[in-house]
Amino acid sequence: MTDANAEQASKPSAAAGRAWSYYAIRYGFLCLLIGLLIYFSVFAPGFAGPRSAVFIFQSVAITGILALGVTCTLVVGGFDLSIGSVATSALMLSAYVMVVMEQSAFIAVMACLVMGAVVGAINGFLIVKMRVPDLLATLGMMFLLIGLQRIPTEGRSISTGMTLPSGATAEGTFSPAFLWIGRHRFDLVLDNLIPVPVILFLVIGVFVWVFLELTRHGRLMYAIGSNERAASLAGTPVERYKVLAYMISGVLASVGGILLAARLGRGDIASGNNLLLDSVAAALIGFAVLGAAKPNAFGTAIGALFVGVLLQGLTMMNAPYYTQDFVKGAVLVVALMFTFALSSRRGGGGH
Amino acid sequence: MSTPACQLIGIEKAFGQNRVLRGIDLSLSSGEVTVLMGANGAGKSTLVKILCGVHAADGGEIRLFDEAYAPMTPSEAIDRGVVTVHQSIDDGVIPDLDVATNLMLDRLTAKSSGFFVRKRAIRAEAARIEAMMGLDLDPRTIVADLGVAERQLIGIARAMARNPKVLILDEPTSSLSAAEAERLFLLIERLRETGVAILYISHRMSDIRRVADRIVSMRDGRVAGVFEGHNLDYEGAVTAMLGHAMTAVDVQVTSGGEPVLQLENLRILPGSEPVNMTVHKGEVVAVTGLLGSGKSKLAAILFGLAQPDGGTMKLAGRSFAPRSVREAIVAGVFLCPKDRASNGVVRDFDITGNLTLPFLERHSNLSFLSRRRERRRTNEMISELGIVCQGPGDGITTLSGGNQQKVMVGRWMAEASQFLVLDEPFQGVDIKARRDIGRNIRETAGNRATLVFVAELDEALEIADRIIVLHEGHVVGEHQNADVDVTRILAEVSGQVAITA
Repeated sequence: MTDANAEQASKPSAAAGRAWSYYAIRYGFLCLLIGLLIYFSVFAPGFAGPRSAVFIFQSVAITGILALGVTCTLVVGGFDLSIGSVATSALMLSAYVMVVMEQSAFIAVMACLVMGAVVGAINGFLIVKMRVPDLLATLGMMFLLIGLQRIPTEGRSISTGMTLPSGATAEGTFSPAFLWIGRHRFDLVLDNLIPVPVILFLVIGVFVWVFLELTRHGRLMYAIGSNERAASLAGTPVERYKVLAYMISGVLASVGGILLAARLGRGDIASGNNLLLDSVAAALIGFAVLGAAKPNAFGTAIGALFVGVLLQGLTMMNAPYYTQDFVKGAVLVVALMFTFALSSRRGGGGH
Repeated sequence: MSTPACQLIGIEKAFGQNRVLRGIDLSLSSGEVTVLMGANGAGKSTLVKILCGVHAADGGEIRLFDEAYAPMTPSEAIDRGVVTVHQSIDDGVIPDLDVATNLMLDRLTAKSSGFFVRKRAIRAEAARIEAMMGLDLDPRTIVADLGVAERQLIGIARAMARNPKVLILDEPTSSLSAAEAERLFLLIERLRETGVAILYISHRMSDIRRVADRIVSMRDGRVAGVFEGHNLDYEGAVTAMLGHAMTAVDVQVTSGGEPVLQLENLRILPGSEPVNMTVHKGEVVAVTGLLGSGKSKLAAILFGLAQPDGGTMKLAGRSFAPRSVREAIVAGVFLCPKDRASNGVVRDFDITGNLTLPFLERHSNLSFLSRRRERRRTNEMISELGIVCQGPGDGITTLSGGNQQKVMVGRWMAEASQFLVLDEPFQGVDIKARRDIGRNIRETAGNRATLVFVAELDEALEIADRIIVLHEGHVVGEHQNADVDVTRILAEVSGQVAITA
């Protein structure tokens, strides 16, 4: 009797627990982000303000763009490890085109975009036609590109006045139009507030979100990622969409590389080392946003911003630079726990 | 008579809002086969998962030989003598290992076994188990090279080798032929004599008639009726399971209009006799046959997934030789594949996403999806097929198997086709859902030609105007579905009738 009563009494609380965990999964990460913003605004002087906000956006713009690309490959159930090296290759290629070949900014940009698309197409070809597993194919491509970008200059960085392997001196310069992409700031309320990369990040973010969430192509890509065989038996051109995903990833990675080159103003061989890990982390953190438990553009953007906010806040509170990777790793691990442990308890589903 | 081996008292279980089990009382006695019947979604699988330690019950208690029993893990359940053979065979066997190792897996995981694998001892022990089970397989064969039925038997043999006190069999015959099923029934009888309590879950009336000592019908998470005694009331059990009596299906046979699909001297399997076959507009043709009869291959050819060994196909008079599913769909041939879990269901999508998947173009403007149009179509299909759900936004995995299958069939009925192929549309579906799907297929058949591949003759009789029997890649029988000679068809299926021209 008492047992039965106790059981009756425990039921509403169980239901409440379920509702609580539902909201925790759905809004937990956003709440955490808002909490962080409030915390830093109170305790880190100068954190709250348009300049600081723009700085955060700027710090994550390039990784964010790369992360949006890798999101597309995650959606079709793949993975692209080559994005970091595509970005640094674009960095070197644009410098080479302008400084060594003395071409215009337009040609440099086009060369980089075409390079990104071609690398994406090759990745897709290896995965779809040669049946190489995605991780291995893109790992190989990553290696190949890291090596390739060093060959034309014999491993040296590219800048005006450098000595070429042939013995001649490089006469070309980074054109002002090219540097504009990385350095110009538009006015908004304050003068010179919003840099071009931030605008590009937001625009690309909206585009990828619209493409994945609102178009039938995005729907089919998600279907491929969830059950490739079923999608194929429903008449989806699976191979075409997979290649498309890797091409989007390659092109967006090259955009990231262009922005990096335009900000640095030289073809620096050593920059962009962290791009791959940072952008993959952003895309994976995105799984936890709104309880999506799947790759999604909005989550990826929030994931990138989350890392940016945390690093900016900690830096302003005088955390040393070498703790940054540790913080990113911790955020990623927590986000993955959110995604896989909590959301898989939502009965039935999951993998 | 017999002592209760396992007693369930007021078992409750809910997933989210969905109360799957609402107070189940059930007792299993040693030396008795209890058949558990229930429509898809009645809660049978959940009950099994609680018994074998996959899920924990929310309420109620289980007593095993008068001791409290609440397994937290499957291995704990096995230690206590509750052994389960799951419906999907691939949970039961490891394809890359050989037969002997598969049979002896428990020995390998036991702590008492040594660090090194003793192959010879394992093979000898495996051979002993095989002999006991009447299995005739080389213990060194790799399981991946075996057929579905043999894998199923290995899974069952392993369960029996664990000396169970309570044995749970979840639709064990779903991929077995009649002869193999008979072997299984003999084993079950032997185990029953040794005093094992057996819980047998099945949709198949023929199985139930063969093995049941007692029938428990479940409906909507409750026990709807318990039937025991010498003359089991099978009709009553079905009625209790469905909540109403089941009427026989009365097929109004039509012979159809103009030919839609013609197979001309098509060689389905290498070296098999050429097949000639015509499917007419407005007609439902069922193709039946055993595993290996060429049924799956013919389906694959129509799907554009395989090429025939010779011969041609014509669709509405024009040559039809699809090289991909997409080409078939563009030609107006829709194909609902078998085995929904791997070939149909997109687990991450809701009902709407699953239903509209092949025809998104018709639900979008300039590639932008119109959610409103998708929802409207989905709502129409939900009511047409009687899909039990809370709305078009329900996740597909929250539905029971039968309702998932309705979504899969609905996917291809939502748009008009010239020629519809359904491969095993009743796989893993209870009789209620089967009737719903069958009725809908027949009702909408007027404007297209329909070809259905089924393994069970009962299903063919319920749905078809004409039944075609395949054996080893050629047609051995063709029957109008009126006053059919069932024994003759069964003989044809098993290849006991010579080809008649």
